[in-house]
Amino acid sequence: MAKITFITSDNERIELEATSGSVMQLAVDNGVQGIDGDCGGVCSCATCHVHVLPEHVAKTGEASEIENDMLELDDNVSEYSRLCCQLEVSEALDGVVLQVAK
Amino acid sequence: MNTSEISDPFKKARIENGCGHIEDQNDPATMVLRLKDVRKCAHNWKTFQSGAEPGRIVIPSEVAIRTTRQIPFEVDPPEHKGYRDLVEPWFKRPLDPTYQEKLKVIIDTIIDEVLTKESIEVVGDLSLKLQSRALTLLLNTPFEESERWISWGTHVFRSEDSSLDGDKANILYDYIDEEIDKAIANPGCDLYSVLLASEVNGKKMTKEEVKGVMILTFAGGRDTVINALTNSVAYFAEHPESIQQIKENPEITGKAVEELIRYFSPLTQMGRVATQDATVCEHAVKADTRISLCWASANRDETVFENPNEVVLDRKLNPHIAFGFGTHNCLGATHARQIMNIFLTTIAQKVASIDILEAEENIEDLGDFKRKVGYDSLTVKFNAH
Ligand code: HEM
Ligand code: HEM
Ligand code: FES
Repeated sequence: MAKITFITSDNERIELEATSGSVMQLAVDNGVQGIDGDCGGVCSCATCHVHVLPEHVAKTGEASEIENDMLELDDNVSEYSRLCCQLEVSEALDGVVLQVAK
Repeated sequence: MNTSEISDPFKKARIENGCGHIEDQNDPATMVLRLKDVRKCAHNWKTFQSGAEPGRIVIPSEVAIRTTRQIPFEVDPPEHKGYRDLVEPWFKRPLDPTYQEKLKVIIDTIIDEVLTKESIEVVGDLSLKLQSRALTLLLNTPFEESERWISWGTHVFRSEDSSLDGDKANILYDYIDEEIDKAIANPGCDLYSVLLASEVNGKKMTKEEVKGVMILTFAGGRDTVINALTNSVAYFAEHPESIQQIKENPEITGKAVEELIRYFSPLTQMGRVATQDATVCEHAVKADTRISLCWASANRDETVFENPNEVVLDRKLNPHIAFGFGTHNCLGATHARQIMNIFLTTIAQKVASIDILEAEENIEDLGDFKRKVGYDSLTVKFNAH
């Protein structure tokens, strides 16, 4: 079981727990504002953009080249940007805090 | 077994050159062919603008046949954002479960009907009907309106002998004028009324602006959806194992939708006008000339996609740009994705196989290239389980 926290652009904190699936799916299933997941998680739409809080980046690891190429041209990109459809829920993510970009 | 194949005419030029060339009514365009370049140009709206003379960013150019600016399609930031923010929540309605249930009824009805027929012509009897009926949901207009849209045939803008037909396009323009006047007299809960009651960038929407939005929803969502549906039928006819695969693994349906849309790329390209001298992958682009963002070529880019010419229904990483990229990415994508998703699910549930009886391909003539986008007609027989 991993605890994952989203902070929306309205500064709402949403704490969720999950054991599997993608972080994007978790957010969509729980109606987290700003995460639409339009493409269903194949890295084509960038509607699942989050900023990992700096103290938690070790938990999420590195983005792939394909993911980085998508993020590179996003208006709101930072060095902590991730497309959360590319984050698989696992113990490693437990406690992570994600700021929703949109 | 290759009637359903959509080949990639851009490969050689994309690898060797990165660019292609298309002549069009004395206003040629440099076609951008690689995925990363297309994304960069789409992102760079300051240099490559959409807000040029109305009709100019469309290839073939529509400058000669219309003056109405399509909104938000032919508007650049920052004005673009105001329009886009206004319409975006409306175009996200397909995410609502009740919308999806209604869409499912429309699709079920059509599939049940085609299963009783000895043969059907998919473009007219399935795709156009489905697209038109589904559009009544998106616009929130009475279902019966779809009969009128179906009666226009597949090509509202095109006659037998000419690809750009101003008179024919007038049918649509006159219809939309009428509908706007009706909505002014009797406001309801449809998209016309909602737009007429809205303010954008601090000003009330004018009739002309509302018309610009409405024309675009008719034009942009018509051929694209029709081709996506028809091409899917052809693909499943030749790949019955794919019907089985979706039936047994319904969780891949979303990925299958993305992959089919990548493979079909129903919108081949869209243009931009350079606001200054620029270069695109080492090719000079002069100010006030056109480039084309070739989504169809980008979606077969071998440096990005493994086995780009194969349909891999459960492709996991699929950064395609069939719905565009950046500022102007497709507003109708949520609706189109829901249509495709329910369409695939319904076929998997109800259809065992499809036999192709006759196929007439629709080949776009793009100067250096010829590209199949779909079918002028496709006659098939649907077989139930
Ligand atoms: C499979 C179906 C579809 C495909 C492949 C598709 C493709 C595209 C592409 C590539 C663009 C970007 C154009 C550009 O950058 O200049 C676009 C924009 C657009 N599409 Fe679609 N489209 C589809 C369905 C629809 C539907 C159903 C509608 C509405 C009923 C629609 C409405 C629009 C609009 C309004 C824009 C312009 C958005 C803006 O400028 O902000 N499309 N579409
Ligand atoms: C007032 C607006 C528009 C007009 C008058 C218009 C007109 C046309 C015409 C005349 C053709 C036929 C071209 C030919 O046969 O060579 C065509 C095809 C097409 N248009 Fe548009 N168009 C409009 C807007 C759009 C938009 C906004 C999109 C997508 C975002 C779009 C997508 C397509 C596609 C995919 C085809 C190819 C379909 C096929 O050949 O089967 N159109 N359009
Ligand atoms: S859900 Fe589309 S890129 Fe993540």
